[in-house]
Amino acid sequence: MAKGRIEFDYGKCKCCLLCTKFCPTNILVLDTTKINEKGYNLIRVTEAEKCIGCAFCAMMCPDSVITVYRLEGSKV
Amino acid sequence: MEKIVYQKSKGLTDATLSYCPGCTHGIIHKLVAECLEELGVLEKTIGVASVGCSVLSYNFFNCDMQQAAHGRACAVATGIKRTRPDSVVFTYQGDGDLASIGIAETIHAANRGENFTVIFVNNAIYGMTGGQMAPTTLIGQKTTTSPFGRSVVDHGEPIRISEMFATIPRASFIARVSVHNVQNVRNAKKMIKKAFQYQLENKGFSLIEVLSTCPVNWGMTPYDALQWVEKEMINYYPLGVYKDNYENK
Ligand SMILES: Cc1ncc(C[n+]2csc(CCOP(=O)(O)OP(=O)(O)O)c2C)c(N)n1
Ligand code: SF4
Ligand code: SF4
Ligand code: SF4
Repeated sequence: MAKGRIEFDYGKCKCCLLCTKFCPTNILVLDTTKINEKGYNLIRVTEAEKCIGCAFCAMMCPDSVITVYRLEGSKV
Repeated sequence: MEKIVYQKSKGLTDATLSYCPGCTHGIIHKLVAECLEELGVLEKTIGVASVGCSVLSYNFFNCDMQQAAHGRACAVATGIKRTRPDSVVFTYQGDGDLASIGIAETIHAANRGENFTVIFVNNAIYGMTGGQMAPTTLIGQKTTTSPFGRSVVDHGEPIRISEMFATIPRASFIARVSVHNVQNVRNAKKMIKKAFQYQLENKGFSLIEVLSTCPVNWGMTPYDALQWVEKEMINYYPLGVYKDNYENK
């Protein structure tokens, strides 16, 4: 089971890609098949089971798009 | 069971930030908001927005806000803090606003030891007006008003605000931080929190200079802009605590 999980507030995403650059497990990618109402492409999690809940993506997101959950008791 | 380890700060409203994609004004907003939330002072905080891209920050910070004329944030904050001494007061100013048109107000507020906190966002350019040269623009940096790059002969050397303010006796806490990666974001938050803590302990004037990006006017992707901060800006603007009147005292 994945140690962590993230959720996006998609309407606020501006597709700056900073989250994808700072994820240590490299599981965040640009999804050119999806678009929000502002016209920005969205971000997709490729291998959710690899998320460690470190919150690096969320800390570097300027627009507070990402909420991060971590399994109780698991450490990063 | 899972627990939330990161979510949008209650110190921010639900409004979508008006900043360009990847602009670190957003990260700095989050840090200020998180500090105010964690210190439990949102209800008694009054922020002063300046003129620049952050002019609309009164829509984004979830506390009382006042908008000041260009460069006058520290004068406005002085009035607010003196009439409402129990409030937590901060200004949020860009480098055009603080280091250019507002340098006099800022220096004199520091010199009087006014008990509020200045968040100084140094992105080495005038962002809002389309990328003109700022007092903080680096040597050789091209802007719309220095198309061949800033030159020492024509424009002088970039002003180092933190070093300059560290010479002011009544300025209590002066530090320069950056938000170009996770480690630095964490440290920046620590310094901003310390500045607010000092204010709560009536220790006087504090200024945190945050190196920030302007991907749009620098002509870079948001990530490349963070790397430019790390490789170019920090060389000229070293990070660290420049003054702390209360450390080890
Ligand atoms: C009295 C006055 N002079 C000039 C302007 C035009 N003006 C608006 S924002 C700005 C500079 C903003 O740059 P900065 O403070 O660095 O903030 P940024 O937009 O980069 O965040 C200027 C010169 C103004 N609004 N008012
Ligand atoms: S929480 Fe960490 S591992 Fe999970 S997506 Fe974000 S950066 Fe990647
Ligand atoms: S950092 Fe935030 S705004 Fe930028 S792409 Fe990722 S989720 Fe979207
Ligand atoms: S113009 Fe520059 S400083 Fe202003 S919001 Fe856009 S990227 Fe940020």
